[in-house]
This record gives sequence, structure tokens and C-alpha cells, in this order.
Amino acid sequence: MAFITCKDLAAGYDGEAVVEGVNFRVEPGDYLCIVGENGSGKSTLMRTLLHLQPPIRGEILLGDGLKISEIGYLPQQSSIQKDFPASVREIVQSGCQSRKGLRPYYNAEERALARETMEKMGITGLSRRCFSELSGGQQQRVLLARALCATRKLLLMDEPTAGLDPKVTTELYDLIADLNKEGITILMISHDIAAAMRYADHILHIGRKVFFGTRDQYEKSGIGQVFLAGEEATDG
Amino acid sequence: MADGFAKIMMYLQYPFVRYAIIVGVLIALCSSLIGVTLVLKRFSFIGDGLSHVAFGAMAVASVLKVANQTTLVLPVTILCAVLLLRTGQNTKVKGDAAIAMISVGALAFGYLLMNLWPSSSNISGDVCTTLFGSTSILTLSERDVWMCVILSILVIGTFLFFYHRIFDVTFDETFARSVGTKVDRYHLLIAVIIAVIIVLAMNLVGSLLISALVIFPALSAMRIYRNFRAVTVCSAVLSVISALAGLLISIAAATPVGATIVAVDVAVYLICVGCGRLRGAAH
Repeated sequence: MAFITCKDLAAGYDGEAVVEGVNFRVEPGDYLCIVGENGSGKSTLMRTLLHLQPPIRGEILLGDGLKISEIGYLPQQSSIQKDFPASVREIVQSGCQSRKGLRPYYNAEERALARETMEKMGITGLSRRCFSELSGGQQQRVLLARALCATRKLLLMDEPTAGLDPKVTTELYDLIADLNKEGITILMISHDIAAAMRYADHILHIGRKVFFGTRDQYEKSGIGQVFLAGEEATDG
Repeated sequence: MADGFAKIMMYLQYPFVRYAIIVGVLIALCSSLIGVTLVLKRFSFIGDGLSHVAFGAMAVASVLKVANQTTLVLPVTILCAVLLLRTGQNTKVKGDAAIAMISVGALAFGYLLMNLWPSSSNISGDVCTTLFGSTSILTLSERDVWMCVILSILVIGTFLFFYHRIFDVTFDETFARSVGTKVDRYHLLIAVIIAVIIVLAMNLVGSLLISALVIFPALSAMRIYRNFRAVTVCSAVLSVISALAGLLISIAAATPVGATIVAVDVAVYLICVGCGRLRGAAH
């Protein structure tokens, strides 16, 4: 049984589907990239997978002992966070919120988890700094650490490298690849098709036509060739 | 100066002055705690709208000659808080327009009622008291004080118990939802707390000045500190100090209580802006 199985899923708002006919599976250990044109419904699909909005049609099945609260999510940043007075430690710790349940304060175990995760993401030195004063790359590491406090199994990321410079982008991709090697399943929305082809082992292309398969299958498929050629043309 | 001090010492011997100080400090503490969340979540305007609703409810209560006005005002304000939060989340109804509608409507309705069925001969005096607090805090009965103490303890207790949850839903609603936190439930809780604080604070500063009590300490603290816990603690400390200073000044100088407290809050804010600038320059 896969972590996530989508059967003929349609996602959208107010009963109107933005994307439909989505079928795919996420197996433990996969690195899956969701690609597609702007406005093709990638974020909408991810929000639906997280149960943040109901599916319009079809099913999302969770398996392999995965609970919805065990999915770590790295959302795009909201405007509230731009001038929010919160320290890095407070934010990373909030990744433990579903473990904590109704207990009013974090216990030693949860605080230790937050510390270890910060160490792993290389942000221990920043733990007392204010989130909104950090650079874009540092902020993404903080939010990644928070997501890792919520999960040891599956990470969902919505364009984690948006707005970062090339060097920081590569560092972040390498960090994510390392996490995947340690056994954490990755599901990422990416507008960066080159990086998707380099790091991912599975591709989900959404748009008018939906494609799901391994990276090699995608490269050989008609839809993949058209999209890859188009991206190269705009890049060059 | 010495004269004012002697006057304060003399007044402190009266129980009603001590009541006023206890109540004032508690209200300042409660309002500053939730103020941080309100400012950060861009909910400040809800506080303002609700205070007008409380004014309308107060007018109805005095026309109906309800003995304990809080028993009517509190449920009405809580109900409106819940309704306002609901419309704010629904993008099809313009949240800010709904709030403006309800708050101005309540204000007009309250004033109309007070004029049609005056409870005393001095209508403008009554209206002024309800809007600006004036002397009402000095006429609290022992029962009012207990009511205030109990509600304050409830608010502070709830805040401490749910402190981390309130941070979670304030900083990142989407993430909180994704890991299964019942965000709507906590929004409801925040709305109820706001309503309780507003009803409490009406006694202290009157309905027009409540927002100041909620917003200023939080904004001041955010100028100095850059993490959530420090901001919350600092805002509570600043708010209590301002309320205490405002109360004592108003006794010594015979100024209106509510307006004096808010004036101190504004002064503290300006000082904090200055400190923030200095720190910014030092870095």
C-alpha cells in the first residue's frame, strides 16, 4: 500500500474543477515533483491532498500507516509572516503542535526534537533570531525544520525555492535530496523543470493533460518532450 | 508634586479607589495579552467594531433597567464577535464592510434608545460616560469587582493554557490546519476572549477607547522585542504600568480616567518607537 493513492481526483474551488483526472501513487521513499504551467492547479492539488479543502470528485487514500497529521507541509509564505515577531526556535517548535495535543506546554522530548532538527538544518546559531529578519534561504530552512518536526515520513513542499538566488537554491535542493536519501518521502511542486528532472524519480505533470510516471518515462512521453522543449526555449 | 502624592495616599485609603486600581490592572493585563494576536492577525478592527456593539447593548440594558448590565451586554457582544469572525472568513461578504455596518448601526441604535427612554435627566452625561468611561470605574460595587476578577482570571488562564496554540494559529494558519489543528475552534476562542475583554474594559476606559487599550501595548512591545514570548510579556508589563500610572495621575490631577490611561499608552508607544530606532541604529 502506498502512502498516498489518488483515484480520478478533481480539485478546485466552489464546485469548479481546476484540475481533474489525477491518478497517482506516492510510495515510501519516492521523490515526486509536480510540474505544470502556471495556474494549472498545482497548489490547489496540494491543498486538497492536505485536506485543507475538500476534493470535488475522486478519492485520496492514505496508506502504510500514514496519518494526515503526520504529513509535514512547507507552504508558500503568507504576508502575515513578513513582520511577525517570532524567533526561529518558536517557529520550529510549533512543528510539534500535533504531537503536543492539548498539553499546554512542550515537553523535554519535543524541545529536544526541535533542537536536533535545527542542528540538522544548520540553523542552530539562528535559534534566537527573529524570523522576519533572516534571508530567504534561511527562512526556508526554518520552515523546513518546522515541517520535519511534524513528520518523519512525508514532506509536501510548495515551490520551496521560489525567490531564492541560484546558489541558495542548489543548497536547498541538496538538503532536500539528503533528506530523501535518509528515507523521507518528498512531494514537491516545482516550476524549475531542470531541477525536477535532476532530483526527482517520479513526475506528475498536470494541466489539460495529466501525466504520471517515472522521470525516464516522462522524458520519453509526448507531453514531457513538449514541456521540456518549451522550458528550454524560454530559458535559452 | 508632593501635593499630588499626598492626595493619592489619601485616596488609596478609600475602598472604591483600591477597587478601581485592582480592576484597572486586571483589565489592562487581559487586554494586552490578546492584543498581540489581534494586531498580528489584522483583527484590530474587530475589537473596535465590537466595542460599539457593546455600547448599543449597554444602552438597551439601561433602557430595560437591567440590574446587572453585564449579564445582557456580555452574551450580545460574544454573539456579535462570533458573527463578525464568520463573515470575515467568508470572502464573498466583505468582512470590513460587515463590521462597519454592525458597529455604526449599534452606535446609532444605542444613542437613539438612550434619547427616547432616558434613564436619567443628564443624557449627554450618560452617553459620555458610556463612550469614554469617565468616573464609572470609581463607582464599582464589590460585586462588580468580583465579576471582573473572575472574568480576568478566566481570560488569563485560558490564554496561558492555549498560549502555544494561539501562537500556532496566529503565525501560520495553513500549516496549523495541515497538521490537524482545529483552527476555526481557536478563532472562536479568540473571538470570545475579545468580547469578554471589551465588556470588562468598558468600565475602565469606555467603549470608544477600548481599542487603544488592546492595541497600544502590543504595538509598543513589537517595537522593542522580536520574538513572540518577549512581545507578549513586555506588552503585559507596559500595559499594567500604563494603566497604573494613568489611574494615579487621574486621581492626583482630577482628569478623566480612561482618557488619561490612553494618553499614557500613547506616550509609552512614542518612547518605544524611540528605543526601537536607537536599537536599529546601534545594530
